[in-house]
Amino acid sequence: MIRLHEVAKEYPRAGLALSHISFAVRKGEFVFLTGPSGSGKTTILKMLYMGERPSSGEVLVSGVSSRTAGGRQISQLRRRLGIVFQDFRLLEDRTAEANVRFALEVIGVPKSVIGAKVNRALTQVGLVSKATSYPRELSGGEQQRVAIARALVNDPFVLLADEPTGNLDERATRGVFQLLRDINASGTAVIMATHDLDLVRRSEYRTIELNHGRIVFDSAESAPSAQSAEGGGKAHMRTPTDW
Amino acid sequence: MLAIRETLTASRRAPLLSALGVVTIAFSLFAFGLFGLVAINIRTALEQVEQRVEVRGFLADGTAIESVSAAMKDIGEFPEVARVDYVSEEQALARARKEMGEFADVFEAGVLPASIEVHLRVGLRSPRVVKSVADRIRTYQFIDDVRYGEEWVEKLYRLRNIATIAGTGLGLAFATVAVIIIGATIRMAVLARAKEISIMRLVGATDMFVRLPFLIDGLVKGLLGGLLALLFTWFANRTINRYFLETVFFDPQLMFLGILAGALIGVLGSFVSVGRHLRSI
Repeated sequence: MIRLHEVAKEYPRAGLALSHISFAVRKGEFVFLTGPSGSGKTTILKMLYMGERPSSGEVLVSGVSSRTAGGRQISQLRRRLGIVFQDFRLLEDRTAEANVRFALEVIGVPKSVIGAKVNRALTQVGLVSKATSYPRELSGGEQQRVAIARALVNDPFVLLADEPTGNLDERATRGVFQLLRDINASGTAVIMATHDLDLVRRSEYRTIELNHGRIVFDSAESAPSAQSAEGGGKAHMRTPTDW
Repeated sequence: MLAIRETLTASRRAPLLSALGVVTIAFSLFAFGLFGLVAINIRTALEQVEQRVEVRGFLADGTAIESVSAAMKDIGEFPEVARVDYVSEEQALARARKEMGEFADVFEAGVLPASIEVHLRVGLRSPRVVKSVADRIRTYQFIDDVRYGEEWVEKLYRLRNIATIAGTGLGLAFATVAVIIIGATIRMAVLARAKEISIMRLVGATDMFVRLPFLIDGLVKGLLGGLLALLFTWFANRTINRYFLETVFFDPQLMFLGILAGALIGVLGSFVSVGRHLRSI
C-alpha cells in the first residue's frame, strides 16, 4: 500500500533532511513515526501526500510513484488520503460543518451526497451537536476532531496525522488518540507522527523511530530477533529512545 | 459555479480588501489613462499641425492654365501626394486679407502670384520626403519659387519623434508600475486566503480549481477597476475642457481596449500570483 525505498531528501540550504529511508506500511496498519524535532517525521509525511518529492529513492503510495506522479495524479491521490495537522488548519470563518463540507465541495462531490457524508463524519468524531459552531467556539480537542472529520469525510485508505495531539492537554490527547484507534479499527491505516513518548509506550502499535533523518529503530524489523531472544509476546516493543 | 460562489464569498468576507483592490487597480489605470489622454492630445495636436505641411509652388506670371493643369495632374500622381490645389491670384489675395484681419488693406490686387498647393499623404510628411517633392516641383519651368517651411517641417518632425519616444517610454513605465501595483494587490488577496488554498490542495482540489476563483476575482476587479479608471479619466478630461483647454477624449474603441486591458491585467496578475503561491506551498 505504502512503500518508501532508499529515500533521501536534501534541501539546498538546510542540507540533508532524510537519508536511507526504507519501510512499508500494510493496509489497515497503525504506525507511529517518532523522533525528536527536526528528525524528519514531517518530511516523511509530506512525501506520503506528495507535498515533497525525494531527492533520491522512491515513494510509492497506492500505486502512485513520486518519480512519475503529475499534478492531476497527486490531486487524485490526496482525495483518497486524510491529512491532519497539529494546528488543525480549520477555516475560522466557517462552521465545523462547513469546514468538513468544504473538503468535498472543492473536489466536486455531488451536492446530493455531501450532506449525508458530512453528517456521518461528524457523528464518527462525536461532534454532530457542534456542527454549527465556529472553530473559535470549540476547544482544542474539538477543533482537532473537526479536522479529523474533514480528513475522514472522503473515506481515505490512510490517515496521515502530523503531531495531532501536539497542541492538546492530557485529556484531549487521550480522546483524540482513542478516536484514531477507532478509525484504525474500522480498517483505515493510520500513520501518526508524534514525539509524545508516553502515547507510544502505552500502545502496542508499530513504531518507527527517526533521528537526524535516519531510521534508528523499526519495531516491525526488530520483532523476530527480539521475540527469539526474549520469548515473544510484547517483548519486541522496545521502548523508543528518550531524546 | 462553486468558483463563482467562492469568489463572492471571499468578497463578502473581506469587503474592505476587495474594495481596496478595485480602487488600487482603478488608480493605477487612472494614472495610465491620464498619461494616455496627454499622449493622444499631443498626437492629435501634432497631426493637426502636420496636416498643414504642404509644398507651395509659385507660378511665373502669364503661365498658361493648360500647362498648370497638366503639371497638377502629373504632380497628383506622385505617390507621396494626396491632393493638388490651384490658388489663383484672386484667391491668394482673399486668403491673405482674411489672415491679416485689420491689416488687410496693405495688399493690393496683383501683388500675390498664383500658386499650386501640394498636400502630402499622412505618414509621408518627413523633411526628406517634403524636400524631395519640392525639388521635383521646382523642375517645372513655370515654377518661380517653391516654399515649404523647411525649418519648421524639420522641427515638427523632431518634436514628433521626441513625443513618440518619450510617450512610448513613459507609457511603458506607467504600464509597468500599474502591472506591479495590481500584481501586489492581487497577491494580498491571495495571501489573505493562503490557508484556504493550502487546505484545498491537501484535500485534492486540482490546481485549476484552486486558481479559478482567483482568476474570476482578478477579472472582476480588473473590469471594475478599468471602468472606474475610465470614469475618473472622463471627469479629469471634462474638468480640463471646462477650465483650461480643449482636449480630445478616447474614442469608444480605445475605451473598450482600456477596460479590456484592466480585465486582462487582473486575470494575468491573479494567474501569476496564485501560481507563485501554489509553487511555494
